Amino acid sequence: MIRPAAPFSRNRPSQQTSRRESAATPVRRSILHASTSHPEQRLRLERVTKRFGPHMAVDGVSLDLAGGEFFCLLGPSGCGKSTLLRMVAGFETPDSGTIRLGETDLTALPPHRRPINMMFQSYALFPHMSVAANLAYGLKGLGLGRTRSAERVKALLRLVRLEGFEARRPDKLSGGQRQRVALARALAREPRLLLLDEPLGALDRALREETQGELRAIQRRLGTSFVVVTHDAEEAMALADRIGVMERGRLVQVGPARELYERPASRYVAGLLGDVNLIDGRLGRAEPGGVRGVETALGLLRASGEGEAGNAVVVAIRPERLVVSGEGEGEGDDLSGRLRGRLTEATFLGDRIRYRVEMANGSTLRASAALPASGPIPAVGETVAVAVPADAARILPA
Amino acid sequence: MRGPSRRLSQRLGRGFVRGLPFLWLALFFLVPFAVTLKISFSSPATAQPPYLPVLEWDGGLEGWREFFEALDFQNYQMIAADALYRDAALSSLGYAALATAILVLIGTPTAYAMARASARWQPILVALVIVPFWTSFLIRVYAWIAILKPEGLLNAALIKLGLIAAPLPILDSPFGVLIGLTYAYLPFMVLPLYAVMSRLDPALTEAAADLGAGRARAFFTVTLPLSLPGLAAGALLCFIPMVGEFIIPDLLGGSDTLMLGRVLWSEFFSNRDWPLASAVAVLLLILVVGPVVLFREAELRREEAAEGAQR
Repeated sequence: MIRPAAPFSRNRPSQQTSRRESAATPVRRSILHASTSHPEQRLRLERVTKRFGPHMAVDGVSLDLAGGEFFCLLGPSGCGKSTLLRMVAGFETPDSGTIRLGETDLTALPPHRRPINMMFQSYALFPHMSVAANLAYGLKGLGLGRTRSAERVKALLRLVRLEGFEARRPDKLSGGQRQRVALARALAREPRLLLLDEPLGALDRALREETQGELRAIQRRLGTSFVVVTHDAEEAMALADRIGVMERGRLVQVGPARELYERPASRYVAGLLGDVNLIDGRLGRAEPGGVRGVETALGLLRASGEGEAGNAVVVAIRPERLVVSGEGEGEGDDLSGRLRGRLTEATFLGDRIRYRVEMANGSTLRASAALPASGPIPAVGETVAVAVPADAARILPA
Repeated sequence: MRGPSRRLSQRLGRGFVRGLPFLWLALFFLVPFAVTLKISFSSPATAQPPYLPVLEWDGGLEGWREFFEALDFQNYQMIAADALYRDAALSSLGYAALATAILVLIGTPTAYAMARASARWQPILVALVIVPFWTSFLIRVYAWIAILKPEGLLNAALIKLGLIAAPLPILDSPFGVLIGLTYAYLPFMVLPLYAVMSRLDPALTEAAADLGAGRARAFFTVTLPLSLPGLAAGALLCFIPMVGEFIIPDLLGGSDTLMLGRVLWSEFFSNRDWPLASAVAVLLLILVVGPVVLFREAELRREEAAEGAQR
């Protein structure tokens, strides 16, 4: 459990007018108080577009982020998520569209005048400066004075648990320590919005999970809006209040992790957030209760979703929602759409079992299940029944 | 006994590869320098070669003794007594230092602009810096005579523009020498600087901007300190040969310009006083090796200080 210490003393000198704040609306907010609503932190993107030559990097992205939100931009490399982040930071200029933070139009402001800070993927720590000098770099021009700057550097070091590392050079730090210095440096100016470009990308797996929790705890503590860019769906789900999925420059779906996972809008989103079985079919008529029949090569499946009868569709179902049972078991259960297949693989993974079931038409379904508390596990080669619960099967456009 | 012999040959092979730079240095620097040093202790003579003593290989031990007894410090005493050499040395150092300062001021922004240019432009810009080397150095300096002379291009242009009434005496003046030195050595300043600057992570300047630094502050606090190794290399690469420069002061500086390279040349070729010229050459070497040693010392001290700060 990580418990970040109180980072900064709450009062700022009243006569202070930094360049950053004279360009934007003045903020009198203490980082000590994590409140839930920050109208001045609200980030609004309107039809933001960026082109590199013939390549459409970001294509008409509109997005509205509430203050204090932890938002994640998710997508494979080259989908435009980093370009979008760099436009918010000011390192790229949109070809069209506007970027607003609170009431301030940022679109034409240079990076050093935006009340936003960024944590770089490479961390971009200044190699010729000590940790303390790196943290203090952004404090010049804030009008804090020597004593208050030193206090804030101390508070930042406490926040990321690096007390005693003031005099170190970045090259004498471990990867995890460097990551924390980069985070603290980006928070030094008390930004209204913090951008993080693949913040955990350079860490090894074990450290990554620990750092995820730390990052969340710091974000909750400070109440600053965080926007993280990542290509790792698990990381996005672990970190974010909401996730925005990007595909070839477009923002294709925005929502909480669970919503995206359970009700993806397209097969792209479904595949990006985890393993999924995709079954082609043709949509039948609407039935009562919002459930629709879909004619597939495996037979009639019942699934939930919208669409016009007769359209080609895809039924998407997560492996853990398929129910595999030995033949004859569970006859009484209300599991519509039982399919018959041959178990070709059962892999024991400790906390669960992964099955591969070959269906009558030669296609394969992947299923995974928690270990049953008792009773036999279907054996490889056996004929099994695969139940497709209608509420877990989603109808997606083909 | 194949094992040990193979190991021996391997060791010899590795030693040869490692020793190659030293062999090179010995053959083409130490041996010629030893010869020069020997001549600088000799006396001039109207003979072939024009100095005495000449070592007789078959003279035996007695011959060697006579040879060493004939060597003396007369040339160095002569140089110390004549203010001409001291003035030439000081003026050479002055020209070289001033030109190096000008080169730093011109070369740093040039290299910075090159390093920040788009990936498509960078190789073109590097090629443009190198292109002058395809023409003979001598011809390029002669071209400056055509530009700088009283009825040359520069004066004609200035008069046309109405900025001056009569031609400025740029050629055959210290100013002409500085123009020539700056022009000729600019690539040696720009290229090492560019090599360092182009390898800096562009995210570093972005991070500086992100943390509220305008362009100037980002440059002076991040880019420039991280480019110091390139700046130092470029400065040494220019300063050292400029101290001994001969062609530029000879062609652009007129007869009044006093630099060690010219003194050296006239002692060798006009006066045919090889021993004295050799002594001047030895002093010139000491003069230019000095800065290198000082630089190395400063480097070592800085590294030690950095190590110390980390404890």
